[in-house]
Amino acid sequence: MEKLINNYGWGLPVAASTVAGGIDFGIRIIHVAMFVIFILWAIFFTYLLIRYRRMDGVKADASHGRLIWSLAPDVVVLIFEISLIVLYAIPAWSRIKIKFPTPDESHNLEIVAEQFGWIIQYPGADAKFGRRSPALVNASNPMGLDPEDPAAKDDVIGVNELHLPLGKPTLVQLTSKDVIHSFFIPEFRIKQDAVPGMKIPVWFEPTKAGQYELGCAQLCGVGHAIMRADVFVHEAADYDAWMTRQRPQFSPQE
Amino acid sequence: MPETAALSHHGQDRHDAHKLPWVNKYVFSIDHKVIGLQYLFTSMFFLLFGFMLIMLIRWQLAFPGKPIPLIGGLLSQALAPGGIITPEFYNALGAMHGTIMVFLGIVPMGVGAFGNYILPLQIGAPDMAFPRLNMMSYWLYVPGGLLMLASFFLPGGAAQSGWTSYPPLSIINPGQTVWLVGMLFLIFSSLFGAINFLVTGLNMRAPGMSLWRLPVFVWAQLVTSVLLLLAFPPLQAAAILQFMDRVAGTSFYIPEGLIVGGQALAASGGGQPILWQHLFWFLAHPEVYVLILPAMGIVAEIIANNTRKPLYGYKEIVYSMFFIGGMSFVVWAHHMFISGMSPALGNFFLVTTMIISVPSVAVLTCLVFSLKGGSIRFTTPMLFALAFLPLFGIGGLTGLPLGLTVTDIYLHDTYYVIGHFHYVVVTGTIIALMGGVYHWFPKWFGRKMNDAWGRVHFWTTAIFMNGIFFPMFIQGLAGAQRRLYDPTAQAHNIVTQPLNIVSSVSAWLLFLAQIPFLVNFFHSIFKCEKSEENPWRATTLEWACPSPPPHGNFDKTPHVYREPYDYSPEGYLSDWRPQHQEAGARP
Repeated sequence: MEKLINNYGWGLPVAASTVAGGIDFGIRIIHVAMFVIFILWAIFFTYLLIRYRRMDGVKADASHGRLIWSLAPDVVVLIFEISLIVLYAIPAWSRIKIKFPTPDESHNLEIVAEQFGWIIQYPGADAKFGRRSPALVNASNPMGLDPEDPAAKDDVIGVNELHLPLGKPTLVQLTSKDVIHSFFIPEFRIKQDAVPGMKIPVWFEPTKAGQYELGCAQLCGVGHAIMRADVFVHEAADYDAWMTRQRPQFSPQE
Repeated sequence: MPETAALSHHGQDRHDAHKLPWVNKYVFSIDHKVIGLQYLFTSMFFLLFGFMLIMLIRWQLAFPGKPIPLIGGLLSQALAPGGIITPEFYNALGAMHGTIMVFLGIVPMGVGAFGNYILPLQIGAPDMAFPRLNMMSYWLYVPGGLLMLASFFLPGGAAQSGWTSYPPLSIINPGQTVWLVGMLFLIFSSLFGAINFLVTGLNMRAPGMSLWRLPVFVWAQLVTSVLLLLAFPPLQAAAILQFMDRVAGTSFYIPEGLIVGGQALAASGGGQPILWQHLFWFLAHPEVYVLILPAMGIVAEIIANNTRKPLYGYKEIVYSMFFIGGMSFVVWAHHMFISGMSPALGNFFLVTTMIISVPSVAVLTCLVFSLKGGSIRFTTPMLFALAFLPLFGIGGLTGLPLGLTVTDIYLHDTYYVIGHFHYVVVTGTIIALMGGVYHWFPKWFGRKMNDAWGRVHFWTTAIFMNGIFFPMFIQGLAGAQRRLYDPTAQAHNIVTQPLNIVSSVSAWLLFLAQIPFLVNFFHSIFKCEKSEENPWRATTLEWACPSPPPHGNFDKTPHVYREPYDYSPEGYLSDWRPQHQEAGARP
């Protein structure tokens, strides 16, 4: 926790994924625009209040200027918003949420959310995810991994610890066992609801080795606040070394 | 003429009014004014109650895990052992705060109280079109509210799945069944009210009151009624489906293969959790405009009256409201950008969301331009109306990064969202409603509220409201998530945790700041100086009858000769000409 706090401050947290820069750019530019609009508006508003305060012997002027003046702010806002949509939001949104890296070029994971934790399935050396079945879920097999499936033999299961390599995108298939949760790594600026009955793809590519925080952003019950996981981003070689140290779910030693 | 028919019927009623037994006059009344005041007092109670719930939460957020001082010991041991609230109770407080403030506080006040009392008067009608239906609306609202209150004392406690009640959480959590039944009462109440307002507003107008002579407040109520009428039925259906999922073993929202707490959930499956979100937000986004449109109407009335000048762009304001009303049905899924619905759909809702901001800007711009060339009286209601403009502006502006798909990925479900919608609903709507209370108090009770205390109430309220909600933008940008029982359980909240203390202290001070208001309000009903019939020199028809108006409202049906805001007319000595003043006559 001590280490994680250093990622956070009074502004946006440390940016540690390839998409974070683009999202931060949008947040900053919108806030600058909001600030300028509000200040200009407030100056005009204050001027009106002082200039047209009630004065003895002065009657209000019942006539109004041309309506065209009041359309000016509408037009300015409309132009600003259209440019945001066309130049920024639609391209950036499709880069983050619509176009996905192929499984071949990615580090592939399956993540299942539950009350109140995150279960991560690594495919192991065969790069294939073992079959899962809700009927097989128990305390020692939180994923419900099927021991009959050869692809499951080398699968590694992690609970509340997510390990990621640098240098390639991570492609997650996200789902939930019970209620809706939300996968949120603030340092990566990535968020996606985990919905039971659905498998939703999420991708991100870390840019800095280090430790980050995965929280649940959707109210999921009494333990919502404590539903978190540590995210460790390793250099590619360190990641491979870490992986070889992990025991598969159905390792012979057990 | 329908007006004359209604009038003669009511002429009869009025004649008999003093003979009515007490219970029919004040409890099961069919008089829109009595019902309006019933709504006013009931919704004030619920607003205060909902506020108290959140003050408990604010303690837990500021000082997590510490026992609540003073009142901690009064809470039951099951809810707060040793004065420390449990996570279950925390979630119940959160869910019920949202539900009570929206469905039992603000809508009943903005529509039920102000709409009921003011709309018939402003169109020169003797009552609502369906007085008994009106009574029924109120008497469905009351049991709905009582059910919500009672749920705190039932086994399992009140609903604790957020006011949004997303399944499957809402289906496996306790307390939700009573919440759903309570909601059905409230929805029926609103639906009957909406029908009544539409029929009244369109059919009961006094002679000469053409549509383009309606005050903006009446237009706001009419658009609001259309929204309620069209948006509530889907939620009603959705709530019944959720009710069936809970009590009848159906699976409308439950997919198969759920494992809850290590056990397989006994449900047939095949449902879809996101379906609820679509149906819920299909109501709940228009609902946001149900909250804000009456407030805009109130602010428009107060500004026109206190600038002593016709509103700038009256028709532009009304057309903008139509546009907002129509568009509000196609923006709902901007609450769902990251819900798992098709991301391609996000682009559509991004565009509609950006479009709907334009008419809101137009309304705000017209209200600001109305100040130009005016002779501004800084009365107490006017202070509230003026504060509405910049503060609602902040609420609107901060909607921008949330409505934009890309930036919403990060800001969704953070404190930024809470700051945004509270700026809209609290510093927007509630500020406007408070202004409305000061403005129409002389109409309701024939007396004026104390002005000096009104100003104290205004300044303290405006400052503390900002003290609560502005820090939330900073927290949200720093990554702080909403709805966490212990905000320090995750790293992203720890640095900005001192801001939680600022917000909490401001919330408690805001509560103290309401004491002068409440004392002033109740004291003034009985004791304060008698008001003139039209103390604000206002032009609209509600001031053309005695204050408070008798049963049946107008001595004789008023005839309307002009636009609603004929202030400072050219060639006149006085600075106002009421709508019912015959041409040529001088006030």
